[in-house]
Amino acid sequence: MQYLLLIYRDEKLAEKAAPSDLETMMKEYGEFTQGIVKSGQFRAGDALQPIRTATTVRVREGKAVTTDGPFAETKEQLGGYYMVEAKDLDEAIRIAARIPSARDGSIEIRPVRPMPKAS
Amino acid sequence: MRSISMPIDRLYRSEYGRLLAGLIRVVRDVQLAEDALQDAFAAAVDQWRDGEPATPAAWIFGTARHKAIDRLRRRDLEADRTRVLLDLEADRTDGPSPEDPLRLLFTCCHPALAPEVRVALTLRTLSGLSTEEIARAFLVPAATMAQRLVRAKSKIRDAGIPYEVPDDDALEERLEGVMAAIYLVFNEGYSATFGDALVRRDLCSEAIRLGRLLVDLLPGSADPRGLLALMLLHDSRRDTRQDANGTLVRLEDQDRSQWNREQIAEGTELVRVALAAGPPGPYALQAAIAALHAEAARAADTDWPQIAALYGILYAVQPTPIVELNRAVAVAMADGPERGLELIDRLETRGELAGYHLVAAARADLLRRLGRRDEARGAYLRAIGLATNEAERRFLEARLRENDGERK
Repeated sequence: MQYLLLIYRDEKLAEKAAPSDLETMMKEYGEFTQGIVKSGQFRAGDALQPIRTATTVRVREGKAVTTDGPFAETKEQLGGYYMVEAKDLDEAIRIAARIPSARDGSIEIRPVRPMPKAS
Repeated sequence: MRSISMPIDRLYRSEYGRLLAGLIRVVRDVQLAEDALQDAFAAAVDQWRDGEPATPAAWIFGTARHKAIDRLRRRDLEADRTRVLLDLEADRTDGPSPEDPLRLLFTCCHPALAPEVRVALTLRTLSGLSTEEIARAFLVPAATMAQRLVRAKSKIRDAGIPYEVPDDDALEERLEGVMAAIYLVFNEGYSATFGDALVRRDLCSEAIRLGRLLVDLLPGSADPRGLLALMLLHDSRRDTRQDANGTLVRLEDQDRSQWNREQIAEGTELVRVALAAGPPGPYALQAAIAALHAEAARAADTDWPQIAALYGILYAVQPTPIVELNRAVAVAMADGPERGLELIDRLETRGELAGYHLVAAARADLLRRLGRRDEARGAYLRAIGLATNEAERRFLEARLRENDGERK
């Protein structure tokens, strides 16, 4: 099964962090990513620009309404994601728990819904 | 008709959970397994008119497997289901394996499911209770309970919650959740003051059955023994806890000749084994306390110093205000009411159990024993105001009357 691991973390933590801490974290992310690439569990993954760059669009009555900012203000913001292959939820939980931001943020685990193949 | 349905009923009662657990492993879907098993039991009612087969449980299992195949064939065939169907047609499993009920228990109690759902799902699947029975036990409308169960089953399927006993490194953490669910089932039956007595009695027996299953299937773990012991020792006193009018009877006033000796013997032996296995967990410690109560021939023979000491150890393992309150009561019995009052004062200053009637009730009892009847009266009134169920309120009112009688 494929799982999307959504990384939520308070962005202010990164703004306030000392350069050496950021460096350590980048290194940890590098090691983690390499680890799941080697084990064959990695499908995709990216870090996102901060929430101040977010734009939300809704189409209402045929018209696109664009607003500045995320769709919802929350204490922790979506900052990145991994798409992984895992045999079940327990394996996905074990991978998610190794993401460095799990220690001061939260990882939401969402199974990818299988779509019927077009024939 | 009656002669046919009787053995089927019995089979349903005793084998439902085991058969379902085996089927889920084979068909890999809780809902499909439940539906197929219902189909098979319905077919049995129809086809066993001339006598039941030589191996009824195997007949049900085999029939349910075919029913599952029929149901899968009728569905829209997505790629995934076709694969399951092919596997299922090739499968030669002729019955549940001994580990299947344990797999089901761990799946139902997976931390990705909400705690109240874990309990309901365990009762629905492993215990075979109907949705209506579970709804009645938890005081929610049947439709609400049905919806919760459906959601839980689809989460198991869609989120890929495994149908497995966890590996050794995760076992301990996960075992805790399983034991908590079983103990919740027991407590619903034991402490609840609503619903009819029969449903409650069934919940207690079911929790004990599940506890036994856990002990049998995980013989290397000490904690399940502690849990089973605790439930047996509590259950041994069930019939003496209320009088004919439904008023609570205090431990010290219960008719000890009516306690179930068989359960006490089994529980005490389990405690002994659990305590010998190493540092005891919270269930084993509570069971040890219950065993000391059970062993006292008269209330006056109770070994309170030992009980107070055990509560001290329990508090180190499980530092909750409830444990602290129980310890205060035990210390009061062992070292005198003043020492107990000091501990209750400390507890109340922190305000953690504000609004909990048993704190006020314990204070009232201690004040009364110290002869401070007016203060005791105030505390009883406070406890009565806070009590949430009728049996406890009646009990506290009786204590207040006794106190008032002594006041004159």
